[in-house]
Amino acid sequence: MTAKVSDEHDHNHEHQTVPSDFALRVKALESLLVEKGLVDPAALDALIDTYEHKVGPHNGARIIARAWVDPAYKKRLLADATNAIAEFGYGGRQGEHMVVVENASKVHNLVVCTLCSCYPWSVLGLPPVWYKSAPYRSRAVIDPRGVLREFGLNLPQDVEVRVWDSTAELRYLVLPERPAGSDNLTEDELAALVTRDAMVGVAKVALPQLQGKA
Amino acid sequence: MNGIHDMGGMQDMGPIRRDENEPVFHAPSEGRSFALNLAAAAWQKWNIDASRHQIELIPPADYLRMSYYERWTERLIELLVRTGLVTREEIESGKPSPGSPKATPPLTADKVPAVLRSGGPASRNVSVNPRFKAGQRVRTRNIHPTGHTRLPRYARGKLGTIHLDHGVYVFPDSNAHFLGEKPQHVYSVRFAARELWGEQAAPRDSVYVDLWDDYLEPA
Repeated sequence: MTAKVSDEHDHNHEHQTVPSDFALRVKALESLLVEKGLVDPAALDALIDTYEHKVGPHNGARIIARAWVDPAYKKRLLADATNAIAEFGYGGRQGEHMVVVENASKVHNLVVCTLCSCYPWSVLGLPPVWYKSAPYRSRAVIDPRGVLREFGLNLPQDVEVRVWDSTAELRYLVLPERPAGSDNLTEDELAALVTRDAMVGVAKVALPQLQGKA
Repeated sequence: MNGIHDMGGMQDMGPIRRDENEPVFHAPSEGRSFALNLAAAAWQKWNIDASRHQIELIPPADYLRMSYYERWTERLIELLVRTGLVTREEIESGKPSPGSPKATPPLTADKVPAVLRSGGPASRNVSVNPRFKAGQRVRTRNIHPTGHTRLPRYARGKLGTIHLDHGVYVFPDSNAHFLGEKPQHVYSVRFAARELWGEQAAPRDSVYVDLWDDYLEPA
């Protein structure tokens, strides 16, 4: 049993383990920088609070829901995403230059950053570990259909897959298809259905009663 | 630089491991590392391209072994030392050198919302002629610079089509080395998946890559 636990530990290293020497190294660095007057600890708290509690996929979900219910907004969003997103007050850091790409019945978009971890912070918050991981970054461009199958999404051959590699300062958000049967939902109810994964392009948006079915 | 960071197209990296209820930070130290990077960047001693390049300079075996925020922490330490904000001795001792002056942090808590809201746009409002236009066929240059570049290996020497012109942006290859912004047009370039990966790719699939004028030649 001990060996098994040890294997698991090594295997999940990038995934979730935070080694204690790392914690000590960060703590030492912070105390040095604070003592030298290079950083303000209260600013660190404010930065962490912003990304833990304020900015996140709920921002992007509001954009998507609005685009589903308001054709004029959707048009603005696809033509000039940065300004259309700014209508909600979202923008700035890692959302300075936004592009929205639209899924359709025969088109599926997938976003990756093969070179590092570029991600639209202003509408999705900070990226999950899998998005920053070697398996996703390496395979999303060469085998997007295999990657999507790993996420449980089997796309038919007649659906065109478009992969967007975030190599410059443009940040990509996927506009998923509005799920069938959602006509009577309000904008807020629609926003509650939109997931981070759907806005990265590794999932579709489903109605609650349909989730889990093929 | 043909480094380990340039991962597009590599195989056998293993399954994609997902955590359904992943916290934003897995431990307080990750949040502190993240915030230290942002707060120290407010000194404006480096730019985002230099910062990305510093991560690329982590030796490949270490890069693969390290967690994401371990990379960020090592990157920050190297940038702080390179730019003279701290000395290597101070990093090792954890204490300011005797007699070193105490600075005033440029980023205070009250400024955080405004700083995040304004961000750091990489577009430049200067008039530069585009070398290409939408619909035009292009070939990416077959270049292997030893410094920073945002032209991934898998997209070099390949035929593509200009999908659209994003406008004028800072050029990372020069900016990362503090050699100037060299503003130029960035295009969304569409590559057929089969141009990149051969017959194993689905016939209608494609990869869109954002590329600067200097990476492209007419085809």
